[in-house]
Formats: sequence, C-alpha cells, structure tokens
Amino acid sequence: MQKKGLAALLCLVMMMSIFTLAGCGSTAPKETAAAETTTPAAATGIAKDKIKVGFIYIGSAHDGGYSQAHDNGRLDMMATLGLTEDQVVVMEDVPEGADCEKAARDMIDNGCNVIYANSFGHGEWLANVAKDFPEVKFGHATGIGTYDLPNYSTYMGRIYEARYLSGIAAGLKTQTGKIGYVAAMPIAEVVRGIDAFTLGVRSVNPTATVEVIWMNTWYDPALEKTTATTLLNNGCDVIAQHCDTTSPQVAAEEKGAFAIGYNSSTLDAAPKAYLTAPLFHWGKFYAADVQSVIDGTWKSQRYWEGLNAGVVALDDLSANCAEGTSEKVEAAKAKIMDGSLVIFSGPIKDNEGNEKVAAGQSLTDAELESLQWFVEGVIGSVPKSN
Amino acid sequence: MDTGFLVAAAMFLQLAAQCGTPLLFGTLGGILGEKAGNLNLGVEGMMMMGAVTGYYVAAVTGHPILAAFAGGLAGAVGALLYAIITVTFQGNQTVTGLTLTIFGIGISNYVGKECTSMTLPASVREFYAPIVVPGLSKIPLIGKMIFEQSSFVALAIVLAVLIWIYLNKTRIGLNVRMVGENPSAADACGINVNLYKYTHILAGGFLCGLGGTYLSVVYITRWQNDLVAGLGWIAVALVIFAIWNPVRAIFGGYLFGALRSIGLVLQNTQMALFGYEIKLDPQLLDMLPYIMTIIVLVLIGIQKKKEYQPPGWLSRSYYREDR
Repeated sequence: MQKKGLAALLCLVMMMSIFTLAGCGSTAPKETAAAETTTPAAATGIAKDKIKVGFIYIGSAHDGGYSQAHDNGRLDMMATLGLTEDQVVVMEDVPEGADCEKAARDMIDNGCNVIYANSFGHGEWLANVAKDFPEVKFGHATGIGTYDLPNYSTYMGRIYEARYLSGIAAGLKTQTGKIGYVAAMPIAEVVRGIDAFTLGVRSVNPTATVEVIWMNTWYDPALEKTTATTLLNNGCDVIAQHCDTTSPQVAAEEKGAFAIGYNSSTLDAAPKAYLTAPLFHWGKFYAADVQSVIDGTWKSQRYWEGLNAGVVALDDLSANCAEGTSEKVEAAKAKIMDGSLVIFSGPIKDNEGNEKVAAGQSLTDAELESLQWFVEGVIGSVPKSN
Repeated sequence: MDTGFLVAAAMFLQLAAQCGTPLLFGTLGGILGEKAGNLNLGVEGMMMMGAVTGYYVAAVTGHPILAAFAGGLAGAVGALLYAIITVTFQGNQTVTGLTLTIFGIGISNYVGKECTSMTLPASVREFYAPIVVPGLSKIPLIGKMIFEQSSFVALAIVLAVLIWIYLNKTRIGLNVRMVGENPSAADACGINVNLYKYTHILAGGFLCGLGGTYLSVVYITRWQNDLVAGLGWIAVALVIFAIWNPVRAIFGGYLFGALRSIGLVLQNTQMALFGYEIKLDPQLLDMLPYIMTIIVLVLIGIQKKKEYQPPGWLSRSYYREDR
C-alpha cells in the first residue's frame, strides 16, 4: 500500500510541477488594493500612474513569432509612455476559451483598466467581460467586430502592404521565376497576404509565379519545413511564408535558396537565405491607444492601419537581396504611403483568367476582409469552405 | 516515365525519409519498452525533453555528438520517472504514460524559453548536414533517399537493424521477450524482471530523446514551442503498425513520413482516374496513419498468428506472488 501511495505522490508531483512552471512563466499578478476600477473613467481620462494594462497572449511571449511581436510592442509602449513594470500584467499561453475570460477578470481584480487580447478566438470571451466592466477599455487584435460595446475595440495591421514590398524583394531575387509560399490556413487574411505579395512580385517581374501550398494548420514547425522543402523540390528558389516559425527559411538555406520571413527579424536563423520580412510594430498602436486612455479621448474603433501609421513595416533588407532592391522597395513604399499606389487597384485578374477588379476601381476594406480568390500568377487554389 | 518525374520522386523519397526519421526513433523506443511488457504513452513527452535538451547542449557547447547524447539522456530521465511509477510501484501504465507526455511537453516549453533566442553553431549544422555519397546518390529513385542524408538518419536505420538482431538473435533479447510475454516464467528462470524492465524502458526513452534531438537540432535547427507537435503519438501507433518489429518499423516510419508530405506534393497537381478529377483531401491524408494502424490491429486480431500478437503481458503490472 505504501508503494501505491508513493506512486500516486510521484504522479501528483509531476502534475503539480506543470502548473507551478506555467505560473512562473507569466508575470505573477500582484495583490494590490485596486481602487482604480471603481473610478469612473469617462472623458476625464486616467492619470498615467493609475494606468494598468493587461496583455493576454495566445502563445508564449518568447515564441519568436506572433506573441513575441506583441510583447515587443508592449515593451515599446512602456518605453514610449514611461510606464513601470508593475503597471502591466502579462498572461501567456491563454487558450481561446473560457480561460481568456478568467484571465481578463483576474486582471481587472488586479486593477487593470486597459486589457488587450491578441488572438482571434479570444473575442467573445473578452466581450463577456467587457459587458460587465464598462469602465475598463478592451482591445482585441485581429477581431472582426466590436459586439456594439462602447468600451471594446479591435486592432490589426495592414500587413499586406509590407508583404507587397517583400514581394518586390522576392521578384528581383528569383532566378527560376518560381517563388514558393508556405501558407497556414485558407482564411481571408492569408489569401490577402498571398495576393498582395504576388502583386508585388509581378510589379518587378511580370512573368514570375508564386506557388502556394496550404498546411491546414497554424502551428507545426516540422511540417513548415517539409512544406518549404516540397516547394523547393518543385523548382522554387525563393520561399515566402505565412506561418510562425523559421523552418521555411532554414529549408531554403539548406537548398541554397532564399527566403522571406514573417513577424520577426530572423537573419540569424538563416543568414545565407534571409532577404527580409514583413513585420508588425504593435507598439505604435499600443502606445497611441493607452495614451488616448490617459487623455480621456479613447473611443471604440476598428483600428486597421498600415505603413503610414508605422504599425507594419518591412525589415531591413539583408545583403542577400538583389542589387537595386532597396531603390524599388523605397519607391513603392513612398507611393503606398502618399496614396498614389493602391495595392488592390484594377485591373486585376484572378488566376483563372476572370477580371475581378476593373481598371480604375479598387477593393474596399469589406471586400479585402472576405477575399477568397488568388490573383493572376498564383499557382494553387483557395479551398472551398463547406 | 520521363526523367523529370524520376527526379521529383527521388527528392520526394529523400524528404519522406527525413520526415520518417523522428517517427522511427520514437517507434524503436516504444518497441523496446513494449517488448519488456511496458506500454509507454509518454513518447511525445520524452521526445520533447530530448528536443529541448539536445538543442540547449548543441547551442551552448557546439558539440554535435554531446548534444545527441544529452538529448537521449533527457528522454531516459523521463522514462526513469515512468519506470519508477510503473515497475517499482506498479502504477497504471496508461495513466502514467499520459502524465509523462503532459509533463514532458510542459517542462520542455518552460526550459525552452531560454532557447528561443539561441541559434545553433555552424559546427553542429555542418556535422549533421546531408552527406552525399559520390556515385551512389545518383541511383534513380532511391539514391537520394539513402545516400544523401544526414548521419542522424543513417543512425536510425543502423539502430533499427541492431535492435532487431538484439531482440531476435541474442540470449538477452530472448530474455527481454520472455519478460514481456510472461514475467512469472522469466522470474522462475532466474531472470531479474525489474532490472530488464528498467533497462529497456530507459533505453527506449533514450531513443525517443534522440528522435526529439533530431527534430530540433537536425531538421528544424531552431527551438520552437511544442515542436514535436504530435509526432510522438504517430510513433505510438507505428509500434502497432510495425507489429513490434524494428525492421518493419523502418518501412512504417518512412511510409508514415511519406504520408505526411504526399498531400503537400500533390496539392497543386491535377489528377484524374477514369476521367474523374481526384482531389486529395489533406485532412483525410492526416487520418491515414491512424486508419492504417486500426486496420493492422484488426488484421492481427483476425490472424491469430503468434508472432503477430502484442507481448502477452503488455501494460500489465507484474506482481511476483500473483497467479
């Protein structure tokens, strides 16, 4: 019997250590008497030293990808506004479910008056909390609706603008005229990125093609490399990606090809292959948004800005880029920023030859948010959703 | 068949072998434990522990062989926890294995926070880069699969063959199988049942750890959270698919590796059969390894052939006084 007890104890220790380890990972919420939550916010704003911001991440703040980009944004925001370490609460690895609601409520208990959640599926859970705490401001990255709540915003970057620029770098680099694209899931955000990238490629290399392979998963580091290698085996010599890890860049380097990253600057992962990467600078949004809470000017909005606001950018071009890339990228960037270049302006054909955007017209934001077709030059198809 | 197809097929097989190698390591680890009568569902966890430890040691020391050894040891440490609970304390093997998986993933992601900003030194990446065997790698179809691979891929093959010889052609191997089939009989013959179980569970953990190290150090070459991403579970299924035979596991591992990549290869290829267009559904392909495993399970159940059956005492605890 004693042995059985010991076995149970060992099991228990293994289980417990997971929870304690998970706990260590996040900034432990401190017990502070929270007077702020009862203060009506309204148009008067909140004094800067009374601001407390909560961040809910779907992944680890050190994932080297999506959540880390948000965490870098948090640090930028703190530096810009001069917030101290105890004015932020971070919760990592929060699944898209009731855990998100609990995390947000815990943050409010700890005195947070601004809360951000960074994943699509956090939305409805965050909204539940927003209904109960009208004086707390909520921000939901990648969300598609504000649930008609006056204290709830969504925010996103027009990363496709940066992808268009990265397409220029890829189009100038390719020798075979074949570029590969490792794509996660067939949703509008990914399709839009592929289309903008391809338009960028073909703006400098009109005959180049972009072959897309869907992985049908958001996260599988090994599969990302397998997908990239498959594209390289098909004759592609530049690889772009809409997935989280550096695996596609590693695959490119091993085959002597080149790669465009995503989300973070990863020259060190594939120094001989890395060209550049479209990046998010979430700090620009966070700083402006928290500042508006301090000023009392905060309003519910659907924030969707691009290069102009600095919330997206292209990483510095590496030395692997073709000669003349910098000039072409800078020229296009300037035109996008002054409005003389609209990426999705006609004439645009889809890759089955149908004219989708007539000359002189361009896609609206609503159309961009539901984009489900590939532009001319893309090899591949968007799976029909049932 | 035109040469373009042959070249494409050769590169596909090369990739399939690379995808199959972590599965093969996990499967060999599973087979060793199960032959000694212990079903260890902690393969995924042990692979994660091996992956993070191997990566850490490789990044810090820059020593490729030391990294592989450390990764294997980490897997063995996970297996040791499992062995203490299931062998010494006779705990439930299924539950303990599941716990080990959850534990392994959690602790590896935690330790891995240190590794996300680390990169592998060139010395390690060069050491495990594919070695092109002159001449032989030009053999059509299978040349690249066998003769243009990392030494780690070759290691898996060599180990599989050695383990087959060990289990089937040596006296100690016979003892192992006896422990798995009927520990009371083994005990009566003077075989130290617990010692055999411990050593083989630990060796199995070592192999799983090597599989994880292959993933992080050789294949992905960067630490990522949840990097094993379910491969350990496919390996558990593969043990059955290979019918507990290490050499068949090579075939099974490569086949399952190919299944993981065939959907990608064919995604943009138009195929027609008798005039009907075929579109392979990726979700369907993902299910194939498991469906095939179930079919094998049913077939060996029907066949009733002795050598196709699981070890007789698999996943049961051995009590010396029990009848």
